Amino acid sequence: MKDKNTLTRFLLEQIQTIAPDSDTDNLDPDEDMRDELDLDSMDFLRLLESISKQLSVNIPEVDYNKITTLNNMVNYIQAIAR
Amino acid sequence: MDFPIIHKNLKKFSLTPNLTDYHRCYQSFSWQQARANIKGYGKGINIAFEAVDRHVDEGNGEQNALIWLSKKGERQTYTYTDLKMLSNRFANLLDQLGTKPGDRVFSLAGRTPQLYAAILGTLKIGGVFCPLFSAFGPEPIQSRMTIGDANILVSSLKLYKKKVAAWRDQLNTLQHVLLYDCKGQCPDDCIDLDSQLSLANDQFTICETSAETPALLHFTSGTTGKPKGAVHVHEAVVHHKHSGFYALDLHPGDTYWCTADPGWVTGTSYGIISPLCNRVTLIVDEAEFDPERWYQILQREKVNIWYTAPTAIRMLMKVGEELIQQYDLSNLRFLASVGEPLNPEAVTWSQRVFGKPFHDNWWQTETGGIMLANFAAEPVKPGSMGQPLPGIQAGIVRVDEQGQLTEVNQQGEIGELALKPGWPSMFREYLHEAERYKNCFNSDWYLSGDLAYEDHDGYFWFVGRSKDLIKSAGHLIGPFEVESVLVEHQAVAEAGVIGIPDDVAGEIVIAYVALKPGYEANEELITALMAHARKKLGSAVAPRAIHIKDNLPKTRSGKIMRRLLKARELGLPEGDISTLESDEHPPHQNAGDEV
Repeated sequence: MKDKNTLTRFLLEQIQTIAPDSDTDNLDPDEDMRDELDLDSMDFLRLLESISKQLSVNIPEVDYNKITTLNNMVNYIQAIAR
Repeated sequence: MDFPIIHKNLKKFSLTPNLTDYHRCYQSFSWQQARANIKGYGKGINIAFEAVDRHVDEGNGEQNALIWLSKKGERQTYTYTDLKMLSNRFANLLDQLGTKPGDRVFSLAGRTPQLYAAILGTLKIGGVFCPLFSAFGPEPIQSRMTIGDANILVSSLKLYKKKVAAWRDQLNTLQHVLLYDCKGQCPDDCIDLDSQLSLANDQFTICETSAETPALLHFTSGTTGKPKGAVHVHEAVVHHKHSGFYALDLHPGDTYWCTADPGWVTGTSYGIISPLCNRVTLIVDEAEFDPERWYQILQREKVNIWYTAPTAIRMLMKVGEELIQQYDLSNLRFLASVGEPLNPEAVTWSQRVFGKPFHDNWWQTETGGIMLANFAAEPVKPGSMGQPLPGIQAGIVRVDEQGQLTEVNQQGEIGELALKPGWPSMFREYLHEAERYKNCFNSDWYLSGDLAYEDHDGYFWFVGRSKDLIKSAGHLIGPFEVESVLVEHQAVAEAGVIGIPDDVAGEIVIAYVALKPGYEANEELITALMAHARKKLGSAVAPRAIHIKDNLPKTRSGKIMRRLLKARELGLPEGDISTLESDEHPPHQNAGDEV
């Protein structure tokens, strides 16, 4: 999933699965998605665990707080998937 | 696995703990002594005076009371004098708005200085303050503000627009909405709190509240019916101060960080009142949990006392100890945990990585303050809730079906954890619910609803909850509140909500629903139900999973048997099912229907 748009779409789908009430259409990609979409720490943990599993990538817990915006998350995953 | 007792060596303490001889202190303690540490205000007693103004009067006004760390990296400090003036401004603003003693001021706010000013200012004017958790959805907010007859709401523009504006008109008691962070966009029917605070007078004469004047209203969840509003009075400050001194080992001048949000009782009793009464400096972090940020704060602010929750501790364990080794945490003197039982693995982990254990303690919204604790100088038994505070008499009791109470005198025998009423921070009523309040007491014991046992050393051990309440990430969630929202959905005929064990959150909420005729069980419907529940309840309360069943197991009286749902979910024995009247189909018949 090297294509940025495909990856973005995939991540938004994952957010929708965890938090189907999320208005991902209007998510500012540079704002903290936890604030914007009312995700609590358990939601966010589940989201990253699910992404790690489905993309077979290892996201160490220590990095979780570096990828709280959509853009950061996309860039981070692209970098580690390379 | 056996977890060895962690012994303490008093000679190795950098500062002598406030409680060095537990048994002697427990035996000789009297509430009169604790009351003598409270100065009192005028003819009465006022929490805000004890917490703030008293220290200014005694010459400590220049000490930092609060260090606020914003999400965006700002750091603001407030001395006790600053906090006195800021809360005076808020009290004056309420006064100008015609607020009377006894009026109820609610907050739905992030951890910002305005919230602290609002709580203290409300107490100064003799009002009753009710903090709400900002991650609640509109439904829990509306039900709590309605039960609590809210007169004033303090919130941010963002939270208000998202969670309150749509139904505000339905709440007849609500007179004013004060909003911070409006940035010039304050709606016409609200008041711009920031600009009004800056104009308000910073001198205020505190209301001479009596010991029994209501001060705080904290909502807690029940298994049935609506949330319960536990009322606490100004005299509670006696226990707030005393318990912070003994159970958290607070010394004047300490830097102290309670990570709980003031929307929950811990964040008020031990995030504001108790530490300020013990004249420490509070760290207030606006941001959410973030391991690196947390360790940075502990190091940079030289935190001495850290009071947090099992879910956060378990998340820190997941992150690992390599990160900890990058920080100098040598100023940490005492670590404590509350919210749900702290698992022994987490206690021994903390002893290994921080060189000192997390000290678990136990209390409830109703108790207003810590009742059982692992103390600084006492041995820690990993997994135990500790021993009763001086002044607190705890016991294990059993109540039979006729309501007859017997005290369990045998060590190690399981029963309901109970307390002898009379400590100052005990709740005085459930708002508008005298019967429910009465039902909490039996034969001169307050019944906690938690199952526990006492060992031969007088340490108490949590076993479970005697009711269906769910503790997820430290938050007490009433299944009824979640079920009520699920059955509001057009497709749902009935709902049963339970908590199942989770490695990080302790428990997570899951729901079972049966559908009305004409609705088909499929993924789209589950997604729609999840969205509905999260929108109404908020992420902290909504179920993390929803399962559709043909029917839910019910008693003859039509009550859904949550206990049975849980046993089946976890593959445990079903126990006594003699009252079961209507069951879901046997698993082999409906396995294909379940989504």
